[in-house]
Parts: sequence; C-alpha cells; structure tokens
Amino acid sequence: MATTEVTPSSSGNVRTLKVKRFKPSEDPKNTYLTDEKGLWAWMTTVDHKKIGLMYLGSVAFFFLLGGVLALLLRTELLTPAKTFIEADTYNQFFTLHGAIMVFFVLVPSIPAALGNFVLPMQLGAKDVAFPRLNLASFYIYVIGAIFTFIALANNGLDTGWTFYTPYSTTSSSSVIWVTLGVFILGFSSILTGTNFISTIHKMRAPGITWGKLPLNIWALYATSIIQVLATPVLAITLLLLTMERFLGIGIFDPALGGDPVLFQHFFWFYSHPAVYIMIVPGFGIISEVITTFSKKHIFGYWAIALSSLAIAFIGFLVWGHHMFTSGQSAVATTVFSFLTFLVGIPTGIKILNWIATLYKGSIEMKTPMLYVFIFLFLFSIGGFTGIMLGALSADIHLHDTYYVVAHFHYVMMGGTLIALLAGLHYWWPKMTGKMYNEFQAKIGAVLIFVGFNVTFLPQFIMGSQGMPRRYYNYIDQFTIFHQTSTIGSYILGVGFLLIAYYLMKSLFTGEKAGSNPWGSRGLEWQATSPPDFHNFDHTPVIINGPYDYHKPMEEFQLGLADSHNGHDPSHEAAEVTAARKKVESN
Amino acid sequence: MGSLFDFMLPELKSPMTGASTDALMAFIHIVSFIILAGVSIAMIYFAIKYKRKSENDKTPLITHNNTLEITWSVIPLLLVFVVFGWGYKGWLNLKTVPDNAYEIQVSAYKWGWTFKYETGAQVGNEVHVPAGRPVKLVMQSQDVLHSFFVPDYRIKQDVLPNRYTYVWFQAEEAGESQVFCTEYCGTSHSDMLAKVIVHTEEDFKAWLDEQGTGGGGTPVERGEQLATLQGCVSCHSVDGSDGIGPTWQGLWEQERNFEDGSSEVADQNYIRESILDPGSKIVEGYQNQMVSYEGRLSDDDISDIIEYIKTLEE
Repeated sequence: MATTEVTPSSSGNVRTLKVKRFKPSEDPKNTYLTDEKGLWAWMTTVDHKKIGLMYLGSVAFFFLLGGVLALLLRTELLTPAKTFIEADTYNQFFTLHGAIMVFFVLVPSIPAALGNFVLPMQLGAKDVAFPRLNLASFYIYVIGAIFTFIALANNGLDTGWTFYTPYSTTSSSSVIWVTLGVFILGFSSILTGTNFISTIHKMRAPGITWGKLPLNIWALYATSIIQVLATPVLAITLLLLTMERFLGIGIFDPALGGDPVLFQHFFWFYSHPAVYIMIVPGFGIISEVITTFSKKHIFGYWAIALSSLAIAFIGFLVWGHHMFTSGQSAVATTVFSFLTFLVGIPTGIKILNWIATLYKGSIEMKTPMLYVFIFLFLFSIGGFTGIMLGALSADIHLHDTYYVVAHFHYVMMGGTLIALLAGLHYWWPKMTGKMYNEFQAKIGAVLIFVGFNVTFLPQFIMGSQGMPRRYYNYIDQFTIFHQTSTIGSYILGVGFLLIAYYLMKSLFTGEKAGSNPWGSRGLEWQATSPPDFHNFDHTPVIINGPYDYHKPMEEFQLGLADSHNGHDPSHEAAEVTAARKKVESN
Repeated sequence: MGSLFDFMLPELKSPMTGASTDALMAFIHIVSFIILAGVSIAMIYFAIKYKRKSENDKTPLITHNNTLEITWSVIPLLLVFVVFGWGYKGWLNLKTVPDNAYEIQVSAYKWGWTFKYETGAQVGNEVHVPAGRPVKLVMQSQDVLHSFFVPDYRIKQDVLPNRYTYVWFQAEEAGESQVFCTEYCGTSHSDMLAKVIVHTEEDFKAWLDEQGTGGGGTPVERGEQLATLQGCVSCHSVDGSDGIGPTWQGLWEQERNFEDGSSEVADQNYIRESILDPGSKIVEGYQNQMVSYEGRLSDDDISDIIEYIKTLEE
C-alpha cells in the first residue's frame, strides 16, 4: 500500500504526516451494532451512534403520537359543528399536538438524532467531546417526556402550545406539569448544544479546517449556539409561570399586577430562535444530499455557511413579529417587522445557492434527492408566506388565522420534516447497513408531497378568507376547505405508514449496503456501513474538501498511518484487531 | 393580474382600512408566484438536462460567483424594503383613527362581547354602526386575552385585561359582517362570535334612540357621579383651579411631565394607570399622596370616569 507524505498546512509550523489509503471493509465483521448487545448495553452506552438511534426511536414514537392527534383533529373538523369529540377534548388535542411536535419532535429530531449520529463521523472523531453528558442529555429528554405524560394522565392541557397568560395561569388543566416537562427538556437541548460546540472546536481530525467543514456541521454549529443562548430564557419564563401559579407572585397575571404581554415577549424570545433550532439543521442536510446526488461541488460554500450564522444571530432579534396585534409599542412593532425581512434574505440566498449547485451537475433522482426537491418547493412557499406575514398591514389581517397555521406547517413540516426524511433516507444505509426498497420509497415521497399540499394549500385560502385558528366550530362557508384539508391529512398518514413499513422491512430483508452506496465524498462515507464502534480504524486525514467531486474517489479515504485511531492495539478486543489486520492486508 | 388572487380574500367592506392591505397582498402574491415559478422551473430543468448519464460523469468545479451572489442578495433586499415600507404605511393608517370617529366601548369576556354606546345603551354580540363614518372601538377584556377580528374590514386587535386597545374602520354601505375572536380563550373560543351591523346614518340614529339609556344614565353622567361619590373631585378640580392633585380640566390628550423627567400623553391607559397605580407616574410639582383605587372601581367605572374627564375641556 502506498504511503504518501503530506503537509496539511503550509504556513507557520509545518507538520509532515504519514498518510496511507485505507479502504473501508465492505463486509464488516464488527460494527457498533454488534459490538455490545443487550438492553443494558444500549441503556448505558456512551456511543454517539447508539444514542442517536435512541433519539431517533423516541422522536419516531412522539411523531406517531403527534400525528395521530393531528388526524383526530382533522377528523373532528370534517363538519362545522361537533363531529365526534367535545370542545374541551379538541382544545387539549391541538395543545398536545403542538407541544409534542415542537418540543419532542422538531427540536430534537435533526440535531439530537441524525446530528448525534453523523456529527462526530463528519469530523473524523471517535465520539462527541463529552460522551457521558450526551447520554445524560438523552435521559433528561426522557424525564421531560415522563412529566408530560403525567400531565396527560392527570387533567390534560388546554392552553395551546404557547401557554399564553393569563389563560394559562387561570386554566384548571395541568399547566405546571407540562411546563416542568418542557423546562427539563430544555436542559437536554442546552447540553447537546454545548457538547456539539465543544466537539466541533476540539475534535476535528487532522486537516479539517473551518473551510473544510461539511455544511451540515456549520448548520449544527449555528443551531447549537442558538440552543445554548435561547433555551435558558424559556427555562426562566416557565419557572416564572410556575412561581406565579404556585406562589401567587404577580408577573404575568393582571389580577396580581402583572402584564400578560410580558409573557409573550419572554416566550417568543425563546420560541422564535427555536424555529431556527428546528430549521437550520435541515439546511445542513440539504447541502449534503444535494451535492452527493448531483456529484458536484457546493455552489457558494461560504455564502451557505455564513448565512446559517447570520440566521442564528438575526433570529434573536425578530421575536416581536409574533406580537403585531398584541398591543406592544408602535416602535417595537416597526423595528421587528424590519428585522424580520432581514432574516429572510440569508434564507433566500441558501435556496438560490442550492439550485445553482444543480447547474452542470450529474443528477441522480434517488429518494433523498427527491426529498430535497420537495423541500426546495415547499420551503420556498413557507418563506414567501413568511414575507407576507412580516408585512405589518397584511399580518394584521392574517394573524391567528389558518394562513399562519399553513405557513408554519410549510416551514416546519415542508422544511424541517422533509429535510429529516431526506437525511434519514440518505444516512439509513450508513446507520443500518441495509438498503430500503427504492421504488416504495419514491411512492412514499410522492404520497407525502401530494398529501401535504392537499392538506395545507386550502388552509392558506381559508385563512385569508378569515378562518381563525384553534377553532372547534366554524361557520359553514369554510366547510369545503376543511374537508379537503382533512382528506389530505389522511393521504399524509398513509404516506408515513408506508415509509415506516419499508424502513422496518429493510432491517430484515434489505440488501446489504456498501460503505459508500451514493458515491459521496463526505467523511462519514469512508467508514464501514454500519460503522465500527470508534467510527474509523485509523484517524482520518483530510486533504480534500467534503464537496470535491471534481477529484477522483481515490484521493479520499486517507488515514493516519499507524494511528489505530489513537488506541493502543493491545487494548482492543481480539476480533477488532483481527478485522483490522484483514483490512490492512488487503 | 392582482385579480388572480381575489379568491383568497373576502369582499372588502371598509376600503379606508383594507385597500392598502389588499393591494400589498396582491403585490406579494404576484412577486412570490413569479419567483417560485422561476425556482421550480430551474430545478426541474436542471434535473432533466443534467440527469446522470453514467457513474463516471465528470462535473466542473464551480465554487462560487460573487456577481451572482450579490445580485440575488440585493434584488430580494430591495423587494423586501418595498414590502416593509408598504406594510408600515398601511399599518400606520390602521393605527391612526380619524378625528371624527364615532366611539364605542367594547368589553370582551369568556365568551362574548358587550358594546356600549355614548347614550349608555348596551348590546351583546352585535355592534350597530353608522355607514360612511369612521368608528373607533375602545376595547378591554374582563378576563383573559381575546382578539377582535373582522375579515371584511382587514382589522384585528388583541383585547387585554389590563389595558385599553383600540381599532377603527369605516363601513361604506349598510349590511352585516362577521366578527371572530382570534386569541384562544378556552372552551367556547370558537363560539365567541359577533356581528357588525351597518345602518345608514338615519337608521342608526333611530336604532340608538330605540335602545334607551340602559338604565344608569350615559357614561359621562355616571362618570361625573362616581367622581363625586368616590371623592376624586376633592383633590382634582374640574375647573382648572389648583388642588392636592392636578386638575382634570384639559387633562385629556395633554402632554404630562413627570417628576422623574419623563413625559407621556394622557390617554385612556395613562388615566387608568393613574387610578390603579397612582405612585408610578407623579406629575411634576405634586406629591405621591393618592391611594390606589384597585378593587374600589370596576373596569366599567374607570371607563366612565375617563369618558367624563374627556368632556372637561379648557
């Protein structure tokens, strides 16, 4: 095997590294899945990949729960008056649907599930910087979930996921339990963010400069900054709310001398940046998938990387656009409207850069790429309707109507969730070592696309026509829109069931996936599928960028000679050594 | 081309508040539609034109293009500035009530609306207004947050329990429009509906006369009585003479200067705050002596006293 001497940095302290090419085994004997077995091993694992999968499982569970609630809500809305549930039940269902989908699905979905799995691998690291903290974050997430279920079992919750005061301080439902649940959940988010920031700063393999970071890492980096800075504000707000209810201290309740609008400021100070916690990691996935399936260098690397950071920072300054009708001051309203438009620009820049990446590419329309196209279309609609809602006079008319409901579903579901599906299909072979049925997957994507638009396009129209959100009964003129929307939601439901079916099936009967089935230049694809416990046999060395598709594949897959990934071979399990010897002798 | 999107909106019945909104929405729709079509066509065209031919396809190295980046940053930036300015102008108009507006007091509660007129007449879940004249609604909530929304007029404003908010419109023709509550307020939130019933000017006068005075006299009369009964006037004169507290004469919408150097225009919210939390803003030259009337005056009482103060012009 050829050994090359390379000089990763030409300036200052020149270091010469001995680098070898290592081709990952296409038929790994030992992977992170076979390494430690049994429930206890999973529950106590500090492996970022297993923790990622445990998050993925939990997110899928909560998505199912939130999804079933959504279908029940849509079924109730088939007729203008009562269809099959009472008003109070309906109010609890939409509250839980919102709270579960936001706090338990969207916030952790990409960073904690997929991010946990791929972030260390894309950095060429063995794990995150603090593996035990990573496990602790998962358990904190679980405890937060348990609190929420206690609330469910008790009284339910009927405040809407926004917990607006003074309704939430006077409601007889279990506000305290759910806010405590969300409070605990926040720590999970903060700790994951801290862990990721440390990992990105300190754990990069030799040669990964900031200019060679995959855009997925830039996106997760921006997200982590928001998580660490914004989530504590939510924690404080929820704590104040709890203190008001328990101790009768007047903060938000006017009867006690508080100000209900203050709560909205606090709440949105977190919850608007939280929208970016949900969508920015999606941007990362899109950048990875679009380059892989057009076999082409990303267009505007720095434009995309820096726009993620710009979104993260400006995103902190726009919370007041949720409050144009709330009675906040005129000056605040004007400034917030202006800043809202500024945050739209970096997002638009990303979309145009992605499309420019397609130009002169070699485009293969595999399922992940199909989801990227769906994302670009749906998320653009989400963006344009966001411009509409940022315009002051238009927002006055559209605020708190189904137009807003449709807008954030286009952003959160058409954006984040579609990106998650793109990422899931993209990394599925890496995570499981199995291929899913491509044909069924495409049918699934089409069902999702059609179902989504049938569900949410009519909501734009009825919202503009004046249909308010969170309505159990509605006036007759909106019936046709509601019924169309409900039919669409059933199509969506079928689509998700199909996805669950073929993904599960692939685990048992799926074709074996090679280490790099898509021909990606990304570092994570230079490990085996599924990866080894420590991801790479040898510390990877990075000379080329993650999007250097103009260079031949042979220039990738470089490892630090004699590194054994920083491990003394005598400490390794015998079969690992054997497997490595086999690889090296090839 | 704007008419392409007409099906999105209900018929506009208050052009003075809604015309600018409708034009702006049409503009955003058209521009968005063009850009979305461009983006989608480019996407699909590239996908077909550059479809993968073989596993060994060579792709060129195109890393970036500064001219393009600047173009597609600056053009959208200019477009959103237009949208911002347009939206701001329309919104200023929504916030600027014409001087001759006819004022109605609105009280929201779980789950209904009460509308109170200058004559003292009160009606529930129906607000009768004259056509061709601006109407200002001064609103407050008795419990949680509500929001007053009339799609036909393109107006919406949250109704708060601790503060007055207002909204205005001018319906041009006799007819009816739907009112929704758009801030979630519990079990019967979706049944918290009302109607705006627009009469011609004469019919409105006739309707108002029919309603009587609601028993307790007009709000101004009640306010004057309360000011005497509650002892307000023993410290606050109504004729401009000096007292322990500042006079009420000419108080309405006058700029007030405070001990701490700040100042504020005396509107409904200022007077309400002065009654409930008198120590928070002390008028220059006076002492902090007044006690709070929290619990001694109802929201209605305070509104009536404000109506009375409004009549005390210099």
